[in-house]
Amino acid sequence: MDWDWDYALSIAPEMLTTGLKVTLQATFAGALVAFALGLVLALGLRAPWSGIRGPVRLIIEFVRSTPLVAQLFFVYYVFPSALGISMSALATGIVVLGVHYAAYTAEVYRSGIDSVPKGQWEAAVALNLSRPRTWTSVVLPQAVRRVLPMLGNYLIAIFKETPQLTLITVVDILGLGRQLGSENFRYLEPITIAGLFFLLVAIPASLVVRRLEHRLGT
Amino acid sequence: MEREPVPAPADAAPAAGDWMIRFDQVVKRFGDLTVLDHLDFHVRAKERVTLIGPSGSGKTTILRLLMTLERVTGGLIEVDGRPFSHMPGRGGLVPANEKHLRVARRKIGMVFQQFNLFPNMDVMRNITEAPVRSLGRSREEAETRGAELLEMVGLADKAHEHPARLSGGQQQRVAIARALAMEPEILLLDEVTSALDPELVAGVQCLLRDIAQESQLTILCVTHEMHFARDISDRVLMFDRGRIVEDGPPEQIFGEPREQRTRDFLQAVIEAG
Amino acid sequence: MMLSFTAPGPLGTAAEVLPYLLDGAVVTVKVALGATPVALALAFIAGLAGCSGSRWARGVSRGYLEFFRGTAVIVQMYWIFYAMPALTGYRLDPVFAGVIAVGLNLGAYGSEVVRGAIAAVPVPQREAGIALNFGPVQRMVRIILPQAWVAMLPPLNNLWIELLKATSLVSVISVADVIAESRTLRNTGYSPLVVMTLVLLIYLLLALIITLIMRMLERRAAHRVGREPPPLLPRRRRRRPPVPVRGEVA
Repeated sequence: MDWDWDYALSIAPEMLTTGLKVTLQATFAGALVAFALGLVLALGLRAPWSGIRGPVRLIIEFVRSTPLVAQLFFVYYVFPSALGISMSALATGIVVLGVHYAAYTAEVYRSGIDSVPKGQWEAAVALNLSRPRTWTSVVLPQAVRRVLPMLGNYLIAIFKETPQLTLITVVDILGLGRQLGSENFRYLEPITIAGLFFLLVAIPASLVVRRLEHRLGT
Repeated sequence: MEREPVPAPADAAPAAGDWMIRFDQVVKRFGDLTVLDHLDFHVRAKERVTLIGPSGSGKTTILRLLMTLERVTGGLIEVDGRPFSHMPGRGGLVPANEKHLRVARRKIGMVFQQFNLFPNMDVMRNITEAPVRSLGRSREEAETRGAELLEMVGLADKAHEHPARLSGGQQQRVAIARALAMEPEILLLDEVTSALDPELVAGVQCLLRDIAQESQLTILCVTHEMHFARDISDRVLMFDRGRIVEDGPPEQIFGEPREQRTRDFLQAVIEAG
Repeated sequence: MMLSFTAPGPLGTAAEVLPYLLDGAVVTVKVALGATPVALALAFIAGLAGCSGSRWARGVSRGYLEFFRGTAVIVQMYWIFYAMPALTGYRLDPVFAGVIAVGLNLGAYGSEVVRGAIAAVPVPQREAGIALNFGPVQRMVRIILPQAWVAMLPPLNNLWIELLKATSLVSVISVADVIAESRTLRNTGYSPLVVMTLVLLIYLLLALIITLIMRMLERRAAHRVGREPPPLLPRRRRRRPPVPVRGEVA
């Protein structure tokens, strides 16, 4: 069996539309959750009270040590019956992706916060800035700037993880490809198109991130 | 120090009086920066030469070229009468390849400013690994010789210690033993006491002076310690901007330097303490 | 497996489903153990090629890295298992396809770790190797790699856990791993809460075992290069000073 161009071209538009809609939606919404929650977790890791630091660390370790699929299944199948919370498959996917990658971005923020020189904290004290003010106008702006490229890498990582949402019935580009494949008994073209889609977005995106890294001199 | 004579290679031509090291119009540039500018100089066998001069005058580059850590930009280096930086090929001389360099490097050993002991090997292994791997010695042979060398540098009890657990002075002694274990004919000393705590400097210098006096080694030494230069060498080369400004015995260079540059430099060194 | 009529409590359910999940866990471990040497070998080959002097070798290494980093394991698995047979006319055994996909993917990430660790070995160590007349291969094997190994271990610990997590996708190519078992149990009517909690705990336990093994390797390696060995059960990835591979000997 060889590559069938007619078939490939007939399914490509539908697949790409889905890919751009569902996949990118899940990516950006998931990343938004991950970037925001990650910052909260990072601040939790720096909390002055060990009663916060310890549990936050445990949560991060737990989320990082277990696979995304297991977490997706847990939230999708357990939450409705056990907690009475039910979300659409896509919303579940976005939340779980966001929480999963928050555990990674928390470390990223933390390294960014650690890399702000001690002199900056001391200067803030010398200027009599309040503690929250020091965080919001001195430390975090510098920390976030330093970690932007790393966050960019995680945005790409989240993008590549979105096909796992097919496992909780989200029809993204891979899910659609699988459907089309089983309908037509031809998997080669749809799966290859899905793979190329990810490759063609991820590789240029990582080049952009590398440029950014260069520009910010990290 | 007792030292077995190194058997001369069968095709070794040069007789006594010939040059051990010859730099012929050597140029070395790093980008736009010219470090060595058509440099000519010779070192006779068993001569002990110290290179002095301000930082950036090209002294260390000479050692690095001889250790093949850098390649010449132009000109030719000969060691023991044979081309060193180059090898015969295509009807003339072409830049040396790795195979040629491995043969050429055989005669040369180097002690570094930062010791550069291998942290993944204990002291004895640091000394014996190269003789075993690169000279094809047996492990026992290399360890016997290693023990002798450790004895000589005063560290016989540290054979199975880890380098990181030694003081700077002890590490440098191991590095010296390691270089000698390869039975070089030429020993390059690159600011070997600059990284040591002041109280450890004298001991290492003393050791090197003894080695210099009792061995048949040709020594090229870069140092900022003028006493040591006077002690160890029978010839001093004063460098400035990639050229030799003055060349003479230590008594002349340190006693009655002829060149203004040399006087200025020595004055600056004395004032710096 | 039948629906239970005695409607046991969560613990009773746990006791009923655990044997099935453990069967699946054994398959998960098998796939992970199969993929590990593949990933490790590829990581070293591509990592060494990435620091080689040959432009060509560096290019191939870079291409491998970008290709497999650019797509997700799940897509690669689908492709190897469902799409490739259309080209080759031959369908791979599912476990084998899973091992290959996970190995190829994690090998790509690993090659960056290997390359980075080699590049972080101080240049003077290489120069000392030249001064003692070691050949290029001897320098790499006897001097550079043993030192780079110490810097590699902590990131390899993380990657090994990522590898374990990546194996959780083999159920899409019909391998009966722990995730596949959990799906069957769920569909049979067992409480998803109990089943999925157990699944998460199994992965947690496996990740913990990985960390323990890597910790022991780290301690041995640190000891060999004369550094303070890190504690066996610390807070992972935290409060550890950056690996001081700078400066020859501390």
